[in-house]
Amino acid sequence: MRKRNLLRIGAVLGGLVMAMPSFAQELTFWSWRQEDKAVYEELIKTFEAENPGITVKLESFEAANYNTILSTALAGGTGPDLMMVRAFGGLETIASGGYLMPLDTTKIPALADFNPAALAAETMRSDQTLYAVPFASQTQFVIYNKAIFDQNGLQEPQTWDEFIKLSEDLKAKGVIPFANGTATAWQDETIVGALVSSLYGRSFYDDLMAGKVDFTDPRFTDALAKLKDITAYFPDGFIGLDYPSAQQLFASGMAAMFAGGSYEIANFRAQNPDIQLGVFAAPGMKADDEKLVAIYFDGGYAANAKTAHPEAALKFLNFVSSKEFGQVFANKLNNISTIPGVTFEDPLLGKVAELNQHSIPYLMLVHFRYGEPSGSVLLQGEVQKLLDNQTTPADIGKALTDGLATWYEPFKK
Amino acid sequence: MPSLRLTGRGMWITALLVPPLAFVALFIVYPIISAFAYAFFDWNGLARGEFIGLANFYKVLFTEPYAAWTRNAFMHNVQVFFALMVLQNGAGFILAYCLWRGLPGARFHRVAVFLPVVLSTIIVGYLFKLFYHPLFGVVNISLKAVGLGFLAQPWLGQASTALWSIIVANAWHMVGFPTLVFLAGMQRIPGEVLDAVRMETESEWVKVTKVVWPLVAPSATVVFTLLFVGAFNWFEMPYVMVGLDGSPYGSTDVLGLYFYRTAFGNQSSAAQDFGAGSALAVLIFLFVAVVASVITTRLRAREIQL
Repeated sequence: MRKRNLLRIGAVLGGLVMAMPSFAQELTFWSWRQEDKAVYEELIKTFEAENPGITVKLESFEAANYNTILSTALAGGTGPDLMMVRAFGGLETIASGGYLMPLDTTKIPALADFNPAALAAETMRSDQTLYAVPFASQTQFVIYNKAIFDQNGLQEPQTWDEFIKLSEDLKAKGVIPFANGTATAWQDETIVGALVSSLYGRSFYDDLMAGKVDFTDPRFTDALAKLKDITAYFPDGFIGLDYPSAQQLFASGMAAMFAGGSYEIANFRAQNPDIQLGVFAAPGMKADDEKLVAIYFDGGYAANAKTAHPEAALKFLNFVSSKEFGQVFANKLNNISTIPGVTFEDPLLGKVAELNQHSIPYLMLVHFRYGEPSGSVLLQGEVQKLLDNQTTPADIGKALTDGLATWYEPFKK
Repeated sequence: MPSLRLTGRGMWITALLVPPLAFVALFIVYPIISAFAYAFFDWNGLARGEFIGLANFYKVLFTEPYAAWTRNAFMHNVQVFFALMVLQNGAGFILAYCLWRGLPGARFHRVAVFLPVVLSTIIVGYLFKLFYHPLFGVVNISLKAVGLGFLAQPWLGQASTALWSIIVANAWHMVGFPTLVFLAGMQRIPGEVLDAVRMETESEWVKVTKVVWPLVAPSATVVFTLLFVGAFNWFEMPYVMVGLDGSPYGSTDVLGLYFYRTAFGNQSSAAQDFGAGSALAVLIFLFVAVVASVITTRLRAREIQL
């Protein structure tokens, strides 16, 4: 009898020991946001408290090399259980290799209420399958220094002429109107989205998507001509000014405006904690033209298709889809969370969310990064050419259309 | 044939040879061979597709827009090679001659000229990027200070000056190397030869062209070959100063940057095409290997043995 009990206890204990590994499930989580590490650690603690037995180990890498590191690791079979992935074309590079766990509303019910455009950003086009929980949207618009605007009695412009007039006034007073420089190639795409989205407008965007027009359309090329005009208010030698220098010009208060993305806000505040920022959508020609910002989705959280702990990984993905997570993400990381119902403590982020109500997609990144040459690479080079006086807006329209026609079906003749 | 018994001496030789050979095989030979193999496959993202023969090579050499990008990058490499041949090796020869002739301050300058070579390319690149800064850069500020403000340029932002600006930075960085090699060559010239020349002529020009230059031919072989290899594998300096895109609009694009973008993608183009990237790497490797061996044999042939 005693002997049998002992055996039973032994069996139970043995079973417990055997089961231990599945209790302590350790997940690795890779991120390219080194600067957000502290907040993520805090969020992970919340998750671990709610899900005893699961631990998440965060590793962050330098953003510029993240794609290469991640794709090499996945190809070599040493990838993480959970990871941040890019959106659009950047997602497809990873997802097309079959490395990511397919997701849907049965696995993550909260996804049902997400903005379809956000979900589309993390969906691979070929199999129409979602592979990541989108985390943030980014908005391209004009960021301005409120103190400089107030000192000079300036208002957010309502028409393109007012926009030029305002820049002229600032220049006359010895303030650099725009801090932007275009030596760093991707900034040339940014200024198009931030400054002239309202000029080519929603009608051009809709026609382009419908396959009715291409980039030779005058709405687009006229907008580029206007872009060239307004660079007269960029710093001297701006074509040789790189991105970090441009950021510093604005953050130090030497320039009044910066045409850029909502991701700049946190950075400007970090460089200059006293800076008072405002944001507006660059206007169209007339006051009643819809004032548009350019919007795109930044990336998402994905799980490895071959993870040893799929249930634990899904629990984590459900956590990052929750309002609880989104609220911290918005308040502590100053990001426009894609999770429905998240409110913004910071009035400036509230303003960004409000401007997002009138937006069109950030054109090249959202729609034209699926083939080679990518629309972004073409546009960046062509805008640099335009600003170096080596091409005209009409030639750009033709170069973009011809370049994209090598892989973009609607442009093939 | 002596048999290599695994005792004593033979054992020693084997033990000393195997680790370095294994190291070279694993970290140099294997990657090169695998790059060769990659170039013959179709790649779908990271997943290897089917064997497609020479299609990747055809793509980078003859299909637009790849062919235009390849030509553009290659022509820039050629330009860099000839420019550095004059600016870096030419200046190196002149500096070496001045140092060898023992002009005043030669001891100090021998160190000063070589010092930049030991700095990292990253440091020199960033330093020159600051020098060329359109608003605060020392180049534009100096030009304005001496009344030449009209010559101030956005050096790295316009196609007409960007590549040259990087070439100048590279020449400043590396000029000490050819200087040192030429100087070593000059110091090897026997005193009797120089005495004999002095009997014939007083002209420095004749001395340089008829005696010194032919006698430093072995040094020239070394610096020419290394410059050729360096110019066609050029990557760090343009990467640090203008980024991966060969900004502005490809005017500073070289094969190294183009290869990296094609294989690994960059911020603005999601595509990672290991196949085309590997094909480019193989082509660069073959070109450099073949031309470098031709250059070496031709230059060796003109060296004079004393």
